[in-house]
Amino acid sequence: MNAPTLFGLCGAALVGLGLYGLIVNPQPLRKILSFNLIGSGVFLLFGVVARRGAALGMGGDPVPQALVITGIVVAFSATALAVALLLRLQEASGSATLSSPESADRPEA
Amino acid sequence: MSALPTLLPEATTAGGYLLVLMLVLPLAGVFAALTLGGRNARRVAMLTIPAGLALAVVIGVELVQSDRTLVYLLGGWAPPLGIALRADGLSAVMLLTTTVVLLGVALFAREEFNTPENVPESRAPFMFWTLLLAVWGALNAVFLAGDLFTLYVALELLTFAGVPLVSLEGRPETLQAALRYLLFALFGSVLYMLGAVLLYGAYGTLDIALLAERVRPEAVSFVAAALMTTGLLAKTALFPFHLWLPPAHAGAPAAASAVLSALVVKGSWFLVVRLWFDVMPGVVTLPAAQLLGALGTAAIVVGSVVALRQERLKLLVAYSTMAQIGYLFLMFPLAFDSAGSELVHGAALTGGFLQVISHATAKAGMFMAAGLIYAALGHDRIADLAGVARAMPVTVLAIALAGLALMGVVPSGAYLAKKLMLDAADGSGQWWWIIVLQGGAVFTAGYVVLVLASVLRSRSEPMPLVKRVSRLSEIVALVLSTSSLLLALAALGPVVPGELIANPLAPKELGMLLAVVLGGALLALGLSRRSLFGARTDSEANGGSLRRSAVAVGKAFELADRLIRRWQFASISLLVMVALVGGLLVSSVST
Repeated sequence: MNAPTLFGLCGAALVGLGLYGLIVNPQPLRKILSFNLIGSGVFLLFGVVARRGAALGMGGDPVPQALVITGIVVAFSATALAVALLLRLQEASGSATLSSPESADRPEA
Repeated sequence: MSALPTLLPEATTAGGYLLVLMLVLPLAGVFAALTLGGRNARRVAMLTIPAGLALAVVIGVELVQSDRTLVYLLGGWAPPLGIALRADGLSAVMLLTTTVVLLGVALFAREEFNTPENVPESRAPFMFWTLLLAVWGALNAVFLAGDLFTLYVALELLTFAGVPLVSLEGRPETLQAALRYLLFALFGSVLYMLGAVLLYGAYGTLDIALLAERVRPEAVSFVAAALMTTGLLAKTALFPFHLWLPPAHAGAPAAASAVLSALVVKGSWFLVVRLWFDVMPGVVTLPAAQLLGALGTAAIVVGSVVALRQERLKLLVAYSTMAQIGYLFLMFPLAFDSAGSELVHGAALTGGFLQVISHATAKAGMFMAAGLIYAALGHDRIADLAGVARAMPVTVLAIALAGLALMGVVPSGAYLAKKLMLDAADGSGQWWWIIVLQGGAVFTAGYVVLVLASVLRSRSEPMPLVKRVSRLSEIVALVLSTSSLLLALAALGPVVPGELIANPLAPKELGMLLAVVLGGALLALGLSRRSLFGARTDSEANGGSLRRSAVAVGKAFELADRLIRRWQFASISLLVMVALVGGLLVSSVST
């Protein structure tokens, strides 16, 4: 097994773990962490893709590196926003759950 | 509306700097609003949005005069190394629509989000105006970006600006709705991102024009197309991925709901269109498009029926948004060429865009009107709306006109769109879409009739108004609804063939109008919670057997909707959707 395949498999495993957590775990914080896990898997995959440029005699294609950094910044901002919302929710309601779509339906009840 | 150019190498065209201005203006506004703070945020918005409108018009004129896509290469570097901004006809139309609706929203919210006299800064107004500019900047980036990664960033910006708008009031329910929205949108965007990564790995570029040349119908592009499309659908809230939409859109303040419903969901829809029509028109296949159309149909039926079952006006309007999103996806199966092998820029696409514009204006007007009723009465319980028509005639007129425009039975943008799509369905022999297009109007008529019947009921005692609403806001709602009707004037332009518009007073057209309204009234009679004409609240229990079975159907729809809106169900259906789209793309190659 060569290095790109290994990295690719690791990326896939991260995405799989993250998907499981995002779907199954009811706690919003765990969902946020799971989202970050999926993101890491995708970024890892992108890093492997950079090896394609190596054929031109370079160490690697620089474009994916730049894009991954941007992607990490975006994922970081998303996490920050989600955590801030979660904290506000905890403050306002005393609990932090996403469940009960019924009650979310009827704020006037 | 021409396809993106395929000539290489590209260069910045004359007028390309306009695109940069269009991007910089709103974002400069965001920074100015943040730094100046307090009541200056509103001033900044009021200055930049009209300037942006002028700029959007100039871009449109420049585009028509030069008759080619406007391009700006950032730093003079051509793709694949550099990043290009491009504006074709579709971008220009969306830029203009966005700015017009935002101007309407800004005028509407002038009073509601006014910083009180005695404080230097208050949170909700300050954030509203700043976020409004941020949404605008993000949307402009979505319409102008020339590569899939910049589009990803733009789409994330749009989500980050849209989510806090939901929870401006800071109530726990709205915070929860905002968090659900954010998490599900992130789920969608990570799928999109994965697709983009796969495309880069296979073809070495993310530039739309370059990818369109390089992409071939093979395994990797099928998987990428399935992932990206599904991710975008999650952000657009197409059925069955609408779990976040009703609470988010109904809980936000009226001005914010208008932005979210009229514009924000259109951003990701626009990206699906870019992806299918401009990046991989030869990769996507008719069966996959039929799936999108089928989901759209399901959205129309479920959204409209559940809308009829709502007790609160704002939730009704939110569910009607869900139904209207369904309409936007009907154009995909109709836009294939006659052999059914490739997507083409044609009449169906024009119809789709007319629908988007008419929905953007009408829906904004409708949410504003619903918000005004809520503000004036202090509640929006549909059962207690009797007498509103007498107290707030302008607002009710806005609702009526918006409803009429959405139905698409009288000359309006949606009417033209329907005619164009009916024509396309007829031409390609896809008769089932004719049924959906004609039948959809009945469902729309259903909830419009329900709302109008409740506000038109007379009331014996005087109307208890808790607050006088601003006259300006009422007029803005009316103007937006009217402009959706006035879109029918597009028939005079070169884009739409004029012979499509039949005489609106011809017996056939009048008969159609009558049939749709009657059908809608029947739906409303059967499915609504309360009887349409009386004030009886217990009519659900003691109606005739027909009414009882209709109520049972309505309850079943509500139950199904609640099930579909569970997190687990929605996220698993996202994954199933990826598999389905991928499977449909692959299967059509092997045969």
